[in-house]
Amino acid sequence: MAKVLMKGNEAIAEAAIASGCLYYFGYPITPQTEISEYMAKRMPKVGGLCLQAESEIAAINMVLGASASGTRAMTSSSSPGISLKSEGISYLVGSDLPAVVVNVQRGGPGLGGIQPSQADYYQATKAYGHGDMHLIVLAPSTVQEMASLTGEAFDLADIYRTPVIILADGAIGQMMEPVDFSERRRREIPPKTWATCGHGGGRKHNIVNSLLMNPEDLENSIRDRFERYRKIEAEEVRYEEYMTEDADIVVVAFGIAARVCKSAVAAVRAEGIKAGLLRPITLWPFPSARILELADTAKAFLSVELSMGQMVSDVKLACECRRPVEFYGRTGGVIPAPGDVARKLAEMAREQM
Amino acid sequence: MTKNILIAGFGGQGVLFAGKALAKMAMHSDLHVTWLPSYGPEMRGGAANCSVVISNEEIGSPLVPNPDILIALNRPSFDKFGPCVRSGGAIFADSSMIDERSDRTDIDAYYIPASRMAADNSLSGLANVIVLGYLLAKTSLFDYDAFLADLVSGIPASRAALVEGNTKALRLGYEYGCCGHEE
Repeated sequence: MAKVLMKGNEAIAEAAIASGCLYYFGYPITPQTEISEYMAKRMPKVGGLCLQAESEIAAINMVLGASASGTRAMTSSSSPGISLKSEGISYLVGSDLPAVVVNVQRGGPGLGGIQPSQADYYQATKAYGHGDMHLIVLAPSTVQEMASLTGEAFDLADIYRTPVIILADGAIGQMMEPVDFSERRRREIPPKTWATCGHGGGRKHNIVNSLLMNPEDLENSIRDRFERYRKIEAEEVRYEEYMTEDADIVVVAFGIAARVCKSAVAAVRAEGIKAGLLRPITLWPFPSARILELADTAKAFLSVELSMGQMVSDVKLACECRRPVEFYGRTGGVIPAPGDVARKLAEMAREQM
Repeated sequence: MTKNILIAGFGGQGVLFAGKALAKMAMHSDLHVTWLPSYGPEMRGGAANCSVVISNEEIGSPLVPNPDILIALNRPSFDKFGPCVRSGGAIFADSSMIDERSDRTDIDAYYIPASRMAADNSLSGLANVIVLGYLLAKTSLFDYDAFLADLVSGIPASRAALVEGNTKALRLGYEYGCCGHEE
């Protein structure tokens, strides 16, 4: 298939449909409304359903119901709307249901602004809902990845019976780039023997529920789930590296910030500063082991984020305090220019001499 | 080679469309390209701009704080972004909307009364395409014939009437640039 020029938001919607998502429930909010628009146009044509719910809370609970029936379902929103969905996300986890939840981040807290942000990192990776839980969090940085990681998200959700978060931002959601939808590996999906679908009395009926009143039962269910988490941590960590082999300073950045940093790394390399970039693609599981390895060769790390500094704490944990970890970021919807990051890198390089 | 292009004007002047036309041509030329719009209230009028980065290498930041090429379709955009143009770069300005002239000597400034030309030729709303034609004449960014073919190929059959207008608009701008009508 030829490449098409598409917005990141549209690429997510098209990739979801191509991955067999038949149910989309949403509620409009800038900067992700193109997902709803695209779904509204395309879903009826493929025999699926796009429904604008009365609220974000309704939408996430509709996803829970659709997913329980064994179909692929998705919802999307931007930061304030995602906060509203957090209860439903926890219920999905407690019910061991797959789902894809897209957050095209904007500035917060509160209604915040509508420009790109990465300030929901803590929320996405630590606490998208109450209880002992993790979620797989994928961070695309190109429109092509908006498409490929959406497909991947549906597969991961089904394989591990967990909601998967796509943590994007307003810039990648709104920007257009060429995208090729044929570029995706499909994984083997286990049969959904747990689904509450019609079976003509052919088996014992399935129950989907997140309420377990007996503490031992609840503990066992959580322990089972954490065994799956350990498998995810062992097998599903993904990242990209750029010029890290001989880097004195390793920049860690994801999403739109990683693109800015790639330009900055290339610029300072031309001035003789040995910088490199590690771009986590999975924010949970975080590429901690690789960061610890890089601490052998790097002299320092720099976390660059569109926030006041959140992922920086995971970088510090990952390198076990063996190297200094600095932070550079802008927040509130401001995107730093490559020159801003390059200046920070030059400053760090001077300190090392 | 990387070209950073910023197109700016009022909402409704076809700022985003002009950027998209350049981005599609770049994609069809097997180049890397990013198109990033200003979004939000701008969609309902007011200032609008879009950043287009075209490169034969993978593109890092899609933002264009310092354009190689600025297309300014109104005075506020000309005033705001003119000083940001990279030394050695170029401004393309719709002089029927902008009475000012750049005093910078380190860049090329090209002026075309695109809105007036559009009005005079019953090409309402196509000043953006006239400026694109002018840009093709003054730079080696894309071949004129290839760009025209790409531009009209994007028009759906249901709106075939737009082919003629866009073709005429692109040609007007191109000929203006080639035939030395300029100020």
